[in-house]
Amino acid sequence: MSPWRRKPTADRFADAPLDGPLLDVDGVRTYFKTPRGLVRAVDGVSLTLERGKTLGVVGESGSGKSVLSRSIMGLLPNNVERHGSIKFEGREIGESGTDVMRAYWGTQMSMVFQDPMTSLNPVMKIGKQITEPLRYHLDVSRDYAEDTALALLQSVGIPEAERRLEEYPHQLSGGMRQRVMIAIALACGPKLLFADEPTTALDVTVQAQILDLLHKQQSERFMAMVLVTHDLGVVAGRAESTAVMYAGQIVEFAPTRELFNATRHPYTEALLKSIPKLSQASHTRLEAIVGRPPDLVDPPVGCKFAARCPYAQPRCLEEEPALTDAEMPGHAYRCFYPVGTEAGKRALADNLAAGVTAAGLPVGTAATTSETATTVVV
Amino acid sequence: MAGSGTAHLRAPEDSLLRVEHLVVEFPVGRTGLKVNAVTNVSLDVLPGETLGLVGESGCGKSTTGKAIMQLPRPKSGTVMFDGADMTTLEGDELRRTRTLMKMIFQDPISSLNPRRKVEDIIAEGLKIWKLGSGEEQAKKVDEAMLAVGLDPALQRGRRPHQFSGGQCQRISIARAVVTDPKLIICDEPVSALDVSVQAQILNLLEDMKQRYGLTLIFIAHDLAVVKNVSDRIVVMYLGKICEVSNPDALYKQPAHPYTAGLLASIPVPDPSVRPDERPALAGEIPSPVAPPSGCRFRTRCPKAQDVCAAEEPQIQQVAPGQFVACHFPMAPGETLPTRNGQAPL
Repeated sequence: MSPWRRKPTADRFADAPLDGPLLDVDGVRTYFKTPRGLVRAVDGVSLTLERGKTLGVVGESGSGKSVLSRSIMGLLPNNVERHGSIKFEGREIGESGTDVMRAYWGTQMSMVFQDPMTSLNPVMKIGKQITEPLRYHLDVSRDYAEDTALALLQSVGIPEAERRLEEYPHQLSGGMRQRVMIAIALACGPKLLFADEPTTALDVTVQAQILDLLHKQQSERFMAMVLVTHDLGVVAGRAESTAVMYAGQIVEFAPTRELFNATRHPYTEALLKSIPKLSQASHTRLEAIVGRPPDLVDPPVGCKFAARCPYAQPRCLEEEPALTDAEMPGHAYRCFYPVGTEAGKRALADNLAAGVTAAGLPVGTAATTSETATTVVV
Repeated sequence: MAGSGTAHLRAPEDSLLRVEHLVVEFPVGRTGLKVNAVTNVSLDVLPGETLGLVGESGCGKSTTGKAIMQLPRPKSGTVMFDGADMTTLEGDELRRTRTLMKMIFQDPISSLNPRRKVEDIIAEGLKIWKLGSGEEQAKKVDEAMLAVGLDPALQRGRRPHQFSGGQCQRISIARAVVTDPKLIICDEPVSALDVSVQAQILNLLEDMKQRYGLTLIFIAHDLAVVKNVSDRIVVMYLGKICEVSNPDALYKQPAHPYTAGLLASIPVPDPSVRPDERPALAGEIPSPVAPPSGCRFRTRCPKAQDVCAAEEPQIQQVAPGQFVACHFPMAPGETLPTRNGQAPL
């Protein structure tokens, strides 16, 4: 038990400033060194998060959304290059190693992972798994930790919590396991919770329950949350602001309502259009996004979405658009020809007239008549 | 939900596939207990129709699909396909019907043999049944690859690991259509794919249906996806059928409380919809080893009464083309209590 007997770490944060954003991320780049070359998983991401707010991070697999949250938490493997600044309550933690980050984990920030099957220890009782962070980070007595664990299990909606403390993970259902994961993450009262696809492995009725639970816990504890998901429906009602990621970059960042109502980036628009909606009649043809995301070892010059974008112009292939502010404060996008603006309308009209975008993607009638033939992706 | 009964079946002579009173059980180790995976399920599919099977994990939708293929054989019930009862077929006869009935699986990468070339994977069914000469087979493989949006000249010699998930699903589809089947059972074909690729594959399945005159059974947990592709939807819960309906009616006026709860649980990509103002289902699916008596949904149903525990509801028609197995079906305009009201925690 020797490593467990340490000074409580929570005291170190007693003098943390209460004004200013909780999290301030600036130009974070996370590159994985692989035999194929550097994989640019996160390539220049900047964002801020206020206390008690929810940030949604949306993207497809490989967009860098999970790597981003792991970069902030400092949960990265050794074969990685990390650049940029991460400030938590004004303190720089971007370069910090595991020894420093350990003080942050649990008490300041914690994470709920996607798969509750593999993120719990299968040979340790539920109770022990919840008391462990309490004993380690807060240095409380065993009795106190056990009482807290019981209260936590009850607060995350687990029936017969007392009996569950003595059970092993395999005795619980997937939804119950995710509730236990949430209890563990909340145990030490973090100020920031990363929920990395917390409901992807769960059924839809249970997903609604878990999202409600996260929301309830968050507002009770005045805790900030980063909700990482691939489902725009999940962030729609639950996040104050949303970042859409593509190929390691934030391509659009906006208050969630604004993102849906005044979409600026063609990728966000395409993503929204490609989701089958319950309100559509059946057999409505979906507007699929042709092709697939670029290879992050050798990303294209210019806009990373240009090859799949119906708005693409010659400029998109040569120059990389910077994050530009929209009219609405807090709304920014990375595009030269944004959706819903004059430039965007003209670019789309030009492409439709030509039947093909600057990147050679057929659009309009040319695309619908030869859709199957042109979706040949090499 | 419990529903048993055959009120929703159509004339046997019209249907391509007619499943009646299907029961599938699995033993639990040597305990003598059994998992009631599918209990007394009946359904039928007309030629050219897409039947959607939807429900949460453990509801028996995949087991139903596999039992139709006789993988494994159901404990009881009949599966009439193309004039023959599949449950009585054996050996060669059974295997030969399987050229007309194909399956597409959820995980596109693990359902392809990693050591074989794409052309061999697609051609295997043709080779086993010696359908056509070698040249004809190669031509058919080329056609199928082109139809699913792969380039035969460039990609026929490659192996599955050189393709993305969406492309592997295209290969699976090519493998399924190459023997000219009548029925394809798609078991969660898009669950493992990203939304942008999901739309490509759903569109492709519609195209394949037109081009090859296919009938589809589409199994998925995502009601929005099922609604998009289906002509008729069967909602399942814990091995039983809850509701059978055409997709638009199911969405507008769900008759079963479970369908209503399922619909309300789906996150809507619209920020003006407040999640806490929508209805929700409390609890989780009970164990199929000891399912609840009477209606199997009653333990989570906000409308449950004593009769639901005592008596199993039979499938009955509530509107033209809409059938429900419930003692207290939802009246038009009726909604479940919201999350604010009943606090599902």
